[in-house]
Amino acid sequence: MSNTFHFYTRLNLTELLGKKVKNLSELLEGLKTVPGSSIYYHTHRFLQQHHFLSPEPPNDFAYWVSNILQEEKIGEQLAAVDIIQFEKIRDLRKKFISTIEEYLKRNPVMRESPAVSEFHFMKSVTFIIPTQYTANNLTEFLQAVKKISIHSMYFHIFEARLRLEKGDNDFSNWLEVELKETELAKVISKLDPYTQTLESLRQKIVCLIERRLDAQNK
Amino acid sequence: MLKINDYVPIVGEDTIEELKILGDKLKGKIIQHINSTSVGGGVAEILNRMIPLMNELGVDTRWDLIKGGEKFFNITKKFHNALHGVPVEITDDEFDFFLLTENENAQAINFYGDVIFIHDPQPIGLVARKNDFDKRWIWRCHIDVSNPVESVWQFLKKFVEMYDIAVFSVPAFAKQLSIRQSLISPSIDPLSDKNRDLPQEVIDSVFEKYKIERNKPIITQISRYDFLKDPVGVIDAFKMVRKYVNCQLILAGNTATDDPEHDKVLNAAKERAADAPDIHFLVIDPSHNDIEINAFQRGSDIILQKSLREGFGLTVTEALWKKKPVIAGAVGGIPLQITHKYSGILTHTVEGTAYWLKQLLNSTEYAKRLGLNGHEHVKQNFLLTRHLREYFLMFLSLYYHEDIVHL
Repeated sequence: MSNTFHFYTRLNLTELLGKKVKNLSELLEGLKTVPGSSIYYHTHRFLQQHHFLSPEPPNDFAYWVSNILQEEKIGEQLAAVDIIQFEKIRDLRKKFISTIEEYLKRNPVMRESPAVSEFHFMKSVTFIIPTQYTANNLTEFLQAVKKISIHSMYFHIFEARLRLEKGDNDFSNWLEVELKETELAKVISKLDPYTQTLESLRQKIVCLIERRLDAQNK
Repeated sequence: MLKINDYVPIVGEDTIEELKILGDKLKGKIIQHINSTSVGGGVAEILNRMIPLMNELGVDTRWDLIKGGEKFFNITKKFHNALHGVPVEITDDEFDFFLLTENENAQAINFYGDVIFIHDPQPIGLVARKNDFDKRWIWRCHIDVSNPVESVWQFLKKFVEMYDIAVFSVPAFAKQLSIRQSLISPSIDPLSDKNRDLPQEVIDSVFEKYKIERNKPIITQISRYDFLKDPVGVIDAFKMVRKYVNCQLILAGNTATDDPEHDKVLNAAKERAADAPDIHFLVIDPSHNDIEINAFQRGSDIILQKSLREGFGLTVTEALWKKKPVIAGAVGGIPLQITHKYSGILTHTVEGTAYWLKQLLNSTEYAKRLGLNGHEHVKQNFLLTRHLREYFLMFLSLYYHEDIVHL
């Protein structure tokens, strides 16, 4: 008998850190000192706010550097930081820092943002709450995945993987450990959640599980 | 009266379920709102809508008012203007009178709440009683304090820093403070007269009443006649567009009798429009206001909000909710609502506004997509239910200290 999967949801409260920056060098300084929950906020905000848009705008740092400072080259480099590669916030922070440091070595002349368009550092306070949905087998799991809120999807796919430093998403983890669905777990784990909407991600996961159930029933 | 379940068809059962869970976690706590007026103004409007819903969700929420005479409110009006950056002279006598009135209120008010929720600067000094009880104190700033008169801000800052948390609507309004600061945007109520779906006949009848034929595309700006809403700039942009595209412009605003500049601005706009065809100036009676404004927004092809300065810009939220393509000034809270070219258009100049008006009038499919994206963005981020959720989370956050809280 496998351990039950409990579906949780997460709700965020945004806090302002009262720290604003107007050029790349100040952004770099901020990246070094703000809490990890701030790095998390600025790399995941668009996913939360714009999860209906595809393709998504990139992280906040890239958006501000490209669109406000109009430093297109470094903006592009920051947009290309492959968030899914990183298992820990501190590694993600290091990547942003080294990307900007490298750039500033070669391009010391900086642009300043207009007075009202500074970058404001913020962070999330995350509340994790149990939902009414649970699953003991693949069929129940499928039913629940179809019903849960996007916030719940978000929690099990993004929050668990990076912010809570679990290394993998919760779905793959449970499917592999409890149901021994190694193949299915691996395929879900490989889906890149950062380049599609949560809704289309849900559809893909539903489709993969349905295919697996069909194969089992044959 | 509206019930929380009335919002299920709009935001989904999950969202309401989450609110019920949060309400449950706050059971037993009393939230005491305190401000200076129960009618008129944005704060009273939102509290009137929110408080019954909070109570229905199981959070005991009540509302008290401070007392102050004409002299007191004249002083706080000066504070308000000074926080907006308008140079004003406030004498020592006025600061003293403010403190005296705060002290009288602080002694007279019964602080029965577990969370004392103070709105705007008028009751800010009540926090002087903080050490008398074990309560949590919130200061909710509804105004733009990004560029205040420094002496007034420093005077108020002493009080602000006594609170447990300060809440701002827009990141740019945040200050360097020694306390926690939260970002909570205002919201619109999708079921209010200003925002609810309207039958086509109602929309048609409003246009008929004001004798506006809908035989060519309609561009509309809804806002009071105020220089900061730049009606003259709107007219200039419209004139540039009208040379190439056959369209019409509606400028609709309230009869704001308490604003001494209203007539001056309206006249300046009319003068600018004198020789141009297809410009309608509407002054709407406040008693019919909500439904008529709703109808104008719904019956328009493009909504403008060419503000030069803005608080949050809830007229933009209202227009996006109605799936309209919006072109707006990139000021105040507007960039939070519009991601340029995704969910609307942000502009900085008359020329830019004219350019994008032409683009959207000629690319109706693209304009439609902007409106749909804008609607979805408002649905996810700027409805009353999100506002309730964030207030509940903030109340809970007063009892935890971590960045990740397991409830």
